Amino acid sequence: MSKSETSQALCAMPTSDEMTYVLRLADNAMILGQRLAEMCGHAPEMELDIALTNFSLDLIGQAALLYDCVLARENLAPNSDVLAMTREQSQYLSCLLVAQPNVDFAHIIVRHYMFVTFQKRQYEALLSSKDKQLAAIAEKALKEIAYQIRFSKAWVLRLGDGTDESHERMVEAVDCLWRYSGELFDKDDVLCSVIGSGLTADFTNGYQNWQDEVSDVFAEATLNIPSDTHMLMGGYLGKQEDHLGHILVDMQYMQLKYPNLEW
Amino acid sequence: MSSDNWHLYEVFMRSKNGLAHKHAGSVHAQDAETAIQSARDLYTRRGEASSLWIVKSNDIIASDPSKSDELFDPADDKIYRHASFYTVPDGVKNM
Amino acid sequence: MYSTDLRTDAEKKSAGEALRSVEDAAFLAAFQKRIDDGAIIEPKDDMPEKYRKTLTRQISQHAHSEIIGMLPEGNWVTRAPSLKRKMILLAKIQDEAGHGLYLYSAAETLGTKRDDMVADLLSGKAKYSTIFTYPTPSWADMGTVGWLVDGAAITNQIPLCRCSYGPYARAMVRVCKEESFHQRQGYEVVTVLARGTAEQKKMAQESLDRIWWPSLMMFGPSDAGQVSQNMKWKIKRHSNDELRQRFIDATVPQAEILGLKIPDPDLKWNEERGSYDIGEINWDEFWGVIKGGGTCGKMRIRDRKTAHKDGEWVRAAAAAYAEKQERKHSAIAAE
Repeated sequence: MSKSETSQALCAMPTSDEMTYVLRLADNAMILGQRLAEMCGHAPEMELDIALTNFSLDLIGQAALLYDCVLARENLAPNSDVLAMTREQSQYLSCLLVAQPNVDFAHIIVRHYMFVTFQKRQYEALLSSKDKQLAAIAEKALKEIAYQIRFSKAWVLRLGDGTDESHERMVEAVDCLWRYSGELFDKDDVLCSVIGSGLTADFTNGYQNWQDEVSDVFAEATLNIPSDTHMLMGGYLGKQEDHLGHILVDMQYMQLKYPNLEW
Repeated sequence: MSSDNWHLYEVFMRSKNGLAHKHAGSVHAQDAETAIQSARDLYTRRGEASSLWIVKSNDIIASDPSKSDELFDPADDKIYRHASFYTVPDGVKNM
Repeated sequence: MYSTDLRTDAEKKSAGEALRSVEDAAFLAAFQKRIDDGAIIEPKDDMPEKYRKTLTRQISQHAHSEIIGMLPEGNWVTRAPSLKRKMILLAKIQDEAGHGLYLYSAAETLGTKRDDMVADLLSGKAKYSTIFTYPTPSWADMGTVGWLVDGAAITNQIPLCRCSYGPYARAMVRVCKEESFHQRQGYEVVTVLARGTAEQKKMAQESLDRIWWPSLMMFGPSDAGQVSQNMKWKIKRHSNDELRQRFIDATVPQAEILGLKIPDPDLKWNEERGSYDIGEINWDEFWGVIKGGGTCGKMRIRDRKTAHKDGEWVRAAAAAYAEKQERKHSAIAAE
């Protein structure tokens, strides 16, 4: 058996739209958590090291609950580690934004602020879910998200309106990352289906409100939202960019090299 | 970057309502918001606090240890300020 | 160990010569009497210059060790084999960052700024524990580091909770409280491997082989029978050899329970002493690591320098922003 056949055999993909959607939520949290974990020991200041790894812990904790939630409904893998760490790249359903690299602290902050302000709306829409377990996960996560918004917003302001250098870095980061915002609120077939089934409320009608909030904060930070951006999408469908592959090399290393073991 | 902009703050925390704030340690920060965030990350990772007070270290007015004798020793022999100084007859209760 | 004086003899001598302030014998005797009477020294109290310098060096070296110590484990965070292990490892490394910060704060109460201490680390002037110059090439090292390295650290740190300098002792109380989980989680990682497949067991044994001797070196050079100034001042309460023996006696049975073999052919129980005898520690290797940085020393400092440099513009921006905000507020107040 070749390596790829081995790894495919470890884990299946969801058949229902509902679990496809929950897997998206889980992968978003997992991949961003993994990205932030890369900063461990390397953040620009010791205090920020603890802050970033705290967010990583919040996110990986959310992912673990969501993977378990998927597994309780569809028997895709023997446990959440296998589900999280053994799939083919095209089977990861995270949005493109979360895999964007830690270019510098400006990129980390802009990526984080964009993501958590979106995640707040996405998770609020789960509070009324017909799936009580999912609603409970969202409720718990929303407290973590509220703090992460407070933190990342404060740093957007500080870096945007700090020095010339920090301002330039923030302009570059916003210019680079804004193109991934469209995917966050894209109402595709899977999302339509799970809104219809009552798994989640429709948060996409909050897109304008999100843009207003973010652009207000950016304006206070003397930053502009780029106009006429061609939005990049596809992550939710497994059409991933190169970045994710590099994340997976590390993240999957142990599970693929030593399959089916306890750690 | 000059370290002069990097203030030292003292952190006091209340573990739960009903108790007083207690000194936990210090943090470095540029402003009040970062001080609160750093103190939260540094001193409350295991749920140790329900409330934080942050004070700039420079704003603390401390007594001079070399003046401790004159400040505090005079209180040492005023034993009549303590309830245990007084005797009450046997059988007297609730006093 | 973190608090062992790792300076070479030449460095110690020149530091001694630099100590110009001549303190009269009466002051030193009075200070010693305070210590002997069990007094705890607080930041603003009078203290001999040498006491201040020794503590600053020891506490900052301890802080540096915590911060450098994040790197060998950080090396495995992104590759941790399960979600649970990943989260535990992250939380543990956070604690190390936290401990570094508590300790820098404690050292700052003696009058040296954290920036200056960090500059000394990055320039190579300040030392950190030799253990963190060793590589962690396998997942099993995440277990043995917790079990042995944190185990050795706790052995050393528990007596420091009664150190004569208040802020250091208080920081140590907090550190010890948090660190009890570090050793246990490490031992748990090794336990799972030791009870796992042949491949996993081999992984655990190889890691023990790698880390056993360096963990014994953490306690510093042999000093049996010496009563140092640090002990008189109650900065240090036990000799290196005494603490090392305590660690060995506690650890050997822990390895036996797991069926792992301590890599020392001379290790045997000494009935008379009620302790284990061990083979010769390779002190040439120890001093070689201190002088040349060992396998990973260069990389560790390079990583910290990069992080520090990457942080320069961030700190500058935060300072500039804070200043702008302050100006804004005072302008509003003036209106």
